[in-house]
Amino acid sequence: MQSTLLIVLLGIIALAYHFGRKRAVAVAGGPTQIKTLHSLPTYYGLYAALWAGLPALLLLGFWAGFQETVVTAMVKAQLPAEMTAGLSPGRLGLLVNDIRNLATGNIVSSEVTPEIQAAADNYLRLQGIASIALWALVLAVAAGGISLAWRSMAPQLRARNRVESTIMVILVVFSSIAILTTLGIVLSVVFESILFFRSVPLTEFFFGTHWSPQIALRADQVGAAGAFGAVPLFTGTLLISFIAMLIAVPIGLMSAIYLSEYAPRRVRSLAKPALEILAGIPTVVYGFFAALTVAPFVRDLGASLGLDVSSESALAAGFVMGIMIIPFVSSLSDDVINAVPQSMRDGSYALGATQSETVRRVIIPAALPGIVGGVLLAVSRAIGETMIVVMAAGMAANLTWNPIESVTTVTVQIVTLLTGDQEFDSPKTLAAFALGLTLFVVTLTLNIIALHIVRKYREQYE
Amino acid sequence: MSTTAAEVGRATPTGAITAADLEKDRSFKGTIGDITSPNARMVCRDVNVYYGDKQAIKRVSLDIGKNEVVSMIGPSGCGKSTFLRCLNRMNDTIPGCRVTGLIALDGVDVYDKKLDVVPLRAQVGMVFQKPNPFPKSIYENVAYGPRIHGLTNNKTELDELVETSLRKAGLWEEVKDRLDQPGTGLSGGQQQRLCIARTIAVSPEVILMDEPCSALDPIATAKIEELIDELRENYSIAIVTHSMQQAARVSQRTAYFHLGDLVEVGETDQIFTNPQHKLTEDYITGRFG
Ligand SMILES: Nc1ncnc2c1ncn2[C@@H]1O[C@H](COP(=O)(O)OP(=O)(O)OP(=O)(O)O)[C@@H](O)[C@H]1O
Ligand SMILES: [Mg+2]
Repeated sequence: MQSTLLIVLLGIIALAYHFGRKRAVAVAGGPTQIKTLHSLPTYYGLYAALWAGLPALLLLGFWAGFQETVVTAMVKAQLPAEMTAGLSPGRLGLLVNDIRNLATGNIVSSEVTPEIQAAADNYLRLQGIASIALWALVLAVAAGGISLAWRSMAPQLRARNRVESTIMVILVVFSSIAILTTLGIVLSVVFESILFFRSVPLTEFFFGTHWSPQIALRADQVGAAGAFGAVPLFTGTLLISFIAMLIAVPIGLMSAIYLSEYAPRRVRSLAKPALEILAGIPTVVYGFFAALTVAPFVRDLGASLGLDVSSESALAAGFVMGIMIIPFVSSLSDDVINAVPQSMRDGSYALGATQSETVRRVIIPAALPGIVGGVLLAVSRAIGETMIVVMAAGMAANLTWNPIESVTTVTVQIVTLLTGDQEFDSPKTLAAFALGLTLFVVTLTLNIIALHIVRKYREQYE
Repeated sequence: MSTTAAEVGRATPTGAITAADLEKDRSFKGTIGDITSPNARMVCRDVNVYYGDKQAIKRVSLDIGKNEVVSMIGPSGCGKSTFLRCLNRMNDTIPGCRVTGLIALDGVDVYDKKLDVVPLRAQVGMVFQKPNPFPKSIYENVAYGPRIHGLTNNKTELDELVETSLRKAGLWEEVKDRLDQPGTGLSGGQQQRLCIARTIAVSPEVILMDEPCSALDPIATAKIEELIDELRENYSIAIVTHSMQQAARVSQRTAYFHLGDLVEVGETDQIFTNPQHKLTEDYITGRFG
């Protein structure tokens, strides 16, 4: 129903545009007199279309958002008192769901009593009324808009300026939606974290070395309190990220140098996309590659060397994460190396430097700030990476720097804290928000620093 | 004492040129005037340069003599830079660029397959149109060449070499108190003199300059011209310029290029007072370009 209305409305908008244009030309006194108009006829068309469409669309959107809620509430209010008496809100919800399902012809969970049938009919009736009201209202608003535009059509109407400012308002609205959403998410995380820090002191969270967030289900269970010292998580995250960077930075940087300085054009045109394919592999694929291939391999290798490698070692997870980050490092470094002006290379070659001397002594130092910025961005990627570590890193919060032991990361713990049936206000689930906030602050800081460095570097060569 | 780059790695004399080679084909007579120099350091005969299929230099022959400044003039796009870049094989870095003909430095074929370009470029230095100091300190900019060629044995020698190079480039007084500051922080004219200092620090025998003053104000230009005049005592210099006055002031011989051809060569005075070719005359009297 509402989609038909939307289509009709779009048709009206198109018509309003067409006739608005015509009307403007007519008002001007024919096609030869267009010069007397303040703006081009197109703008008058757009002006009419905006008046026809915008208020009506706003109304439609609002209505579509609230119709269901309002109708349901009305149905609920009109239920016979004996039916709702003594029902918990949850049961009441189920009942309303049944009514709705019955009305729309879906499967109903309970037996259909005459009362429920009556309520369903009531629901359908209300929906019908609402739809008709919607059609009438929307069309009326559209017509009102058109007539308003129609009457204000005059050669001195500043249609272009009106249209431009309306478009700007629309753009501002949409971009504020994006910004406000981000803000909302951040604020909700901050809010939940504050709740968490009410029950767990900041010092314990940031300096405690014991992490065991299990809250007892029954009050008399042992170990009821749970421990929220996040240091093992931080060290685990750092260890895995460090291993990842150990893999990604040299390989990424070297391949960037090869591709931008040494590779013939043909090789470059093949190798660069190939490298970028790595970036297109979903992280979950990396995850099971890590868990099923690399981790057993590392364990067996360790065993053959007489080492006792955990089957969920930090080494395996870090290694695969490093591979995932290679294209990130290499394409960022490639960019900054290419940004080093050719005149630097010429200057160096003209002094008799070889290619590798030029790379080592001129290009890398010149590109260094940019490379550092790129690496910092990569680190922030690594810290926030989830899928690989969920699949390949362990759950045990060991406080260790030993790469062949199992460690856990902040992201892994967030996932485990929030999966399964949880009470939503227990410290256990709230801890996830505190971890998330920490992660957010760290990656944000890294990104800001990195972008600042990269920007400084760009300016240097502009 | 510091050794020169030339002594460290002189171009191997495998492709030594004989007088007979030079006489073999004298069809470069398309050029008016005497292309030879009595004391030739660099000898070019029948040089052709192609960018892909397009020929940018057509059978150009020219000598560059000892203690001589040769200026190259001509309208934009006539191939002055291209020719200059052939002389130290900087064209090697341009994909699709091909050079034929003979270019010899002190009788050694520069384009010999067995020749190593690294010592060649140390012997034939180049200063570019736009100053291009490395993003390093002033000191490191000058020390760059001596370091990669191992010209000095210790820090004191390197310090001395940096100082003499900066003195020769007329920059020492201005920068002696801030050698550790970035070379990119200098003014345009200072940067260009820094690039010259960087070039002479490796003791080249020939210096190629491609419009070295085009980005500079008259005062900086005058300083560099003065410098070129002093450098002539020890080096051979080829300079590309768009300024006729500059060519007249600094050079002993002048070569006029036109659409890839070397039209006329001669004593600078003679070219500017009594050009033989119509094209040369049009250009220097301002009727062209
Ligand atoms: N890298 C290149 N690839 C292809 N063609 C080139 C290249 N460099 C120069 N050319 C062409 O070769 C010709 C000579 O160019 P060159 O730069 O030597 O001219 P120029 O005399 O130095 O001009 P200007 O006075 O403007 O510097 C021009 O037609 C130019 O388009
Ligand atoms: Mg040029």
